[in-house]
Amino acid sequence: MSSPHTGSESGASQHPHAVQVSGLHKTFGELEVLKGVSLTARTGDVVAIIGGSGSGKSTMLRCINMLELPTQGAISIKGETIDMKPDGRGGLQPANAGQLRRIRTRLAMVFQSFNLWQHMTVLGNIIEAPVHVMGVPRDEAIARAEKLLDRVGLSDKRDVYPAFLSGGQQQRAAIARALAVEPEVMLFDEPTSALDPELVGEVLAVIADLAREGRTMLLVTHEMKFAREVANHVVFLAGGVIEEEGPPDVVYSAPKSERLRKFLATVQ
Amino acid sequence: MGPELRSWKEPHRLVLLAIGIGIIVFAAVNMRWDWLPRYSWRLVEGVGTTLWLLVLTSVLGFLLAVPLGLAQAAGPWWLSGPARMFCTVIRGTPLLLQLWLLYYGLGSLFAQYPEIRESWAWPYLRSAWPYGVLALTLSFAGYEGEVMRGAFAGVPKGELEAARAYGMSPWTSFRRVWLPRAIHRALPTLAGETVLQLKATPLVATITVVDVYAIISRVRQDTYLTYEPLLLLALIYMMLTGVLVLAFRWLEGKVPVKGG
Repeated sequence: MSSPHTGSESGASQHPHAVQVSGLHKTFGELEVLKGVSLTARTGDVVAIIGGSGSGKSTMLRCINMLELPTQGAISIKGETIDMKPDGRGGLQPANAGQLRRIRTRLAMVFQSFNLWQHMTVLGNIIEAPVHVMGVPRDEAIARAEKLLDRVGLSDKRDVYPAFLSGGQQQRAAIARALAVEPEVMLFDEPTSALDPELVGEVLAVIADLAREGRTMLLVTHEMKFAREVANHVVFLAGGVIEEEGPPDVVYSAPKSERLRKFLATVQ
Repeated sequence: MGPELRSWKEPHRLVLLAIGIGIIVFAAVNMRWDWLPRYSWRLVEGVGTTLWLLVLTSVLGFLLAVPLGLAQAAGPWWLSGPARMFCTVIRGTPLLLQLWLLYYGLGSLFAQYPEIRESWAWPYLRSAWPYGVLALTLSFAGYEGEVMRGAFAGVPKGELEAARAYGMSPWTSFRRVWLPRAIHRALPTLAGETVLQLKATPLVATITVVDVYAIISRVRQDTYLTYEPLLLLALIYMMLTGVLVLAFRWLEGKVPVKGG
């Protein structure tokens, strides 16, 4: 098992397509949230996914790491397609739990509500996946975590429990936790939507910093101005389909579809 | 400890303290305690029995409560159904009844089979304490199973989702996130239940297990005294309760989670 795995991984890191989503459908009961979405993010891309509430943008992001199971469609990370099989109820389920876990460690997610593990300190949260999932020696994980804490400006909060941090600090800790797995792709699911307005800036600054160093990121956001600044590709989702996509300047200043024009008018 | 120490000096606390000391002095001077040296060693042994009964049955009961709670919170119907049934039956019947059913029912049933009487287990099955341990364990498991059900169900979904998103297997996620988080949520209730468990232990005296309560009963029979042994017993249980409460408070303080 180990040699084909390492082989595919070293081949994968050269793969130009960091994330490929093809023909993604997702149905919740009667409601079809995604109606055939296809999307490609190249390595180094910062893709902003925008759209009104209920447009399916979070669902799409959550399908990429299989927190939501797609009803139809395929997801590839660095050229490796996540094995799926029919779940017997008209949908799909992962066919290979080991493969999915391995792929998940290459995709770090930052959640809207932070989802830090409340019974661990900030440091504990950051070293958890490296130590207990990826098998990194504890000392090494701690040394790396300390650098990451410094980077997100939380060095003094190392041994504090999440409940005693502000929302902005919690989200920065969550970003450090995401960076700790040295992900190939970072998934941001509305990372500032749960924050008080005065705390949004500190989190956006950290994300912009990551975008500048060439990290591959998919970012679901309501921060339109921010998306325009950091993204090199903007995807507008409406009614479960990609209504329009392209470079931010084109999408923002010359929207082709009526829906996007209306959306931009309401949010700006 | 700073604020707690300071609060001892508040006037009403000082008054209570004075009354408490007064009662002890009164009891020491005006009551008969000459029997105490004769029974002191047996009392220590009795406290020992009470304590190991408490610790063993709480630990075993809790180990049973985890799967019982998990089955009810997240198991399929064929696991959650029996688990719920078990907790309902245990919580719906008196512990004394359960104890007697096991000791007089099961115990006498075993005695009817020569295979059992001749087996290696007979010396244990013939004595009373295994039935006491079993009844107290099942009782604790029944109550804690219900507590753990709520604790498991109350762990925020997002934290479990994060565990999955970071590649944890179901077992790792359970071991590293779900279980420790649920135990921490359950700790305040667990503290109270363990104190209740301590106060349930004297029931085993009714099936001839010699705990501290049984020793005190013996003192009363031998000396015809009523208040002195019972007051001493109350003091012993209160001190044990105090130690338990402090121990749990220390445990809870290890991981401060606001709003749990």
